[in-house]
Amino acid sequence: MKIDFILNGNAVSIESTYTRRLLDVIREDFDLTGTKEGCAEGECGACLVFMDDLLVNSCMVPMANAVGKSVVTIESFAQTEAYKSIENAFMSSGAVQCGYCTPGMVMAVYELFKKYDAPTLQQVKEGLSGNLCRCTGYQMIFEAVAMLVKEGYRYD
Amino acid sequence: MKITDHVKRLDVKEKINGSLRYIEDMRFDDLHYARTLRSTIPKGKIISIEYPPPEKGITIVDASDVCHKNEVAMILKDMPIFAEDTVNYIGEPISLIVGKDKNQIISFINKIKVNYEIFEPTLTMEDSQSKGDILTEHTFSLGSFENLEYDERFERTYETGYQEQLYMEKQGVVGAMEDGVVTVYGSMQCPYYVLNALKYALNKEAHEVRVIQAPTGGAFGGKEEYPSLLALQVAVATMKLNKPVRLVFDRREDMAFTTKRHPSKSYIKTYIKDKKIVGMDYEIHLDAGPYLGLSDVVLQRAIFTMNGCYGFENSRVNGKTFKTNNVFTGAFRGFGAPQSMYALELHMNQLANYLNVDPIEFRKDYFVHKGETTSTGGIFNEDIYLEEMADALIALSQMHHRKEEKHIGYGVSFIPHGGGFTGDGEAVHIKAEVHLKKVKENIYILISNVEMGQGAITALSKIVASVLDIDIERVLYAIPDTFKVPDSGPTVASRTTMVVGGLLAKAAEKMKARMDEEEVLIVEHFKQPDYVVWNQEKLHGNAYMAYSWSAIMARVHVDPVTYEVTCTDIYGVYDVGIPIDEKLLLGQIHGGVIQGLGYGMLERMTSEGGQIQHHSFSNYVIPTTEDIPNIHAKWIENRFVDGPFGAKSVGELTLVGVAPAIASAIEDAIKKEIHSIPVTPEKILEAIHEN
Ligand code: FES
Ligand code: FES
Repeated sequence: MKIDFILNGNAVSIESTYTRRLLDVIREDFDLTGTKEGCAEGECGACLVFMDDLLVNSCMVPMANAVGKSVVTIESFAQTEAYKSIENAFMSSGAVQCGYCTPGMVMAVYELFKKYDAPTLQQVKEGLSGNLCRCTGYQMIFEAVAMLVKEGYRYD
Repeated sequence: MKITDHVKRLDVKEKINGSLRYIEDMRFDDLHYARTLRSTIPKGKIISIEYPPPEKGITIVDASDVCHKNEVAMILKDMPIFAEDTVNYIGEPISLIVGKDKNQIISFINKIKVNYEIFEPTLTMEDSQSKGDILTEHTFSLGSFENLEYDERFERTYETGYQEQLYMEKQGVVGAMEDGVVTVYGSMQCPYYVLNALKYALNKEAHEVRVIQAPTGGAFGGKEEYPSLLALQVAVATMKLNKPVRLVFDRREDMAFTTKRHPSKSYIKTYIKDKKIVGMDYEIHLDAGPYLGLSDVVLQRAIFTMNGCYGFENSRVNGKTFKTNNVFTGAFRGFGAPQSMYALELHMNQLANYLNVDPIEFRKDYFVHKGETTSTGGIFNEDIYLEEMADALIALSQMHHRKEEKHIGYGVSFIPHGGGFTGDGEAVHIKAEVHLKKVKENIYILISNVEMGQGAITALSKIVASVLDIDIERVLYAIPDTFKVPDSGPTVASRTTMVVGGLLAKAAEKMKARMDEEEVLIVEHFKQPDYVVWNQEKLHGNAYMAYSWSAIMARVHVDPVTYEVTCTDIYGVYDVGIPIDEKLLLGQIHGGVIQGLGYGMLERMTSEGGQIQHHSFSNYVIPTTEDIPNIHAKWIENRFVDGPFGAKSVGELTLVGVAPAIASAIEDAIKKEIHSIPVTPEKILEAIHEN
């Protein structure tokens, strides 16, 4: 099957079955490996990407659902201004240990600011509850978000 | 800059933007994939394997391809690389199916049929004991129970289940022939363990095999001994195919079939006279699975710690590992101590409750001090500040200003954790060697200890930069590659900062005088401090060079209707010597506390008929953002003379005391005893309704 979609701003076309996972397509066909597979069942958030501006677990998205959609991965998101502040906050707060959850976590933090201008701790906990991290105990991730709030970070 | 001040981590930029390539992300030309054919029964004899007709593009790799010895060299060599005639647990690898097309591999593997003669498996430690299948056993004692005068005996039994490391990056390795050298890349903690296993099984010299660590997405002990097995399998495969072969587990395989924390049973008897403890008798049993692996070393750490922070006049410790046909268990942060310390510290709280005394004041009578005897007959050589830590915990938690609150409970624990290998292990087995190399402006750290998230690169670079008084950017850490770095030992036992960092600090001292030279190589070897006297046969002497300590208090709320537990606060006071970086220390504290919280109240993993039942993220629940309590952490500074800048161990300690504190807090809230973790709502319900 020929499948067309937009990946990181470029129109792309691949040969694939409709059932293949978006996660595999990005990783294998396009060598975009910043998107990770943690659980393969929609529970951990390591595979998050934006699809038409919605945050989705790409391990749960069959290619049939990606047809014609615009997909943005961490590689492209990392080029934006919006990313830079999050990166800085993660670095200064100690929010990263092994790093395997981090690209997904970064995207989820961005999404959080889409929902709330200045998320409270409770809103952060709810908003990031789909992203598992086994290393940090999350505390410093919360601190990174608090730092962004203090800096007046805004979703745009 | 003070050594404790925070520096920015050196390894995180590529992690955040996703450009760091872990083993599953790395590119190899003509890469082949492997999948494991596994035993589906816990014990039996392989009668025959019916493979489908040979297919182009598919290669089978099994025991017949192992050119020298089909054995994984760990402490013993009892585990095969591929099962040959018999299988001893569900999931035991029989062969690798290798090819370029993942779908073809899966459809091929689904057509294979293995015929077994099924044997009766051993699935419980009780069954193993009755069959006499004890793998190892140790006993030691202080004082004597003969003619012991006592008023009463307080006896309890405690149980813990499996805990899965659940590193976010699954196990993975790649084997490749590179310039005639069998090369293994992998997510791992101990490149030289892997190298030694390769040398032994393949009958190769160090220059014919090479191990290179790939960025490691969490490990927690789960990538200590286990990767040796996988490395051997892909090495055999790549030698057969002469192509690079990647083996990455899927999550179910990883959870169901790789090593995890040993289930345990502890039996504690306390002898009481005039409301004081006059003797304590402990016994601990660990389920090792079918092969010894590291289980005896885990057992030793469990029993050497069994007296905890206390000196009792009379104590007896006995520990056993049992052979079963359950999954093979192994290293996990804490290494036996989480089991023994859960039992001891919950027991101490139950005792205090029974004697109707405050649990902290009660403990103070028994705290150990410098110069006193350890449970193994050694001497505590260091300053110990348990009383001060207890007082700091009381202040931090504002214990004396507590209000009576409904459904709220508090629990405490006090934990010692020895840094580095047990006894004379560092000197006799590990013999660490580190290299520090100056090339022009840069200083290279050449060691085999890995970054796995804990911050080793940053901590070690900071130690070297601080000794040399240069910018940390000038210190470069070389990725562990056995062709390039010496064997500074495995990345385990909370030894990296304390032991390896200590050697690097010494090397840097020597480098100092030679900073005007263009190229310098300093080689530093581990030397055992004089005060470590150890007899491994009798398990007598100083079990550890130095201990780190923690004092923890947990506050929980138990819902009166659903029995759902919320841990609202964890207060922790730590003695880790001098912390090398406050932020790294806090990172370890937070991460360890939350893994300990999972162990105490959430992470339930059981086995039925030899099959792990909880093998996916959806049925094995680890803490999420919504489970996170307020963590209030403090530390005292207590310089350790032989640690770099006075540092002691950190990584494991932070996990160990959490489960007993939470379990005790739940008991305090419901006024009932519960003798196993995780303390789930079901267990609370049961405890409340029993008479
Ligand atoms: S890998 Fe997709 S949610 Fe875990
Ligand atoms: S940093 Fe390791 S899983 Fe989050």
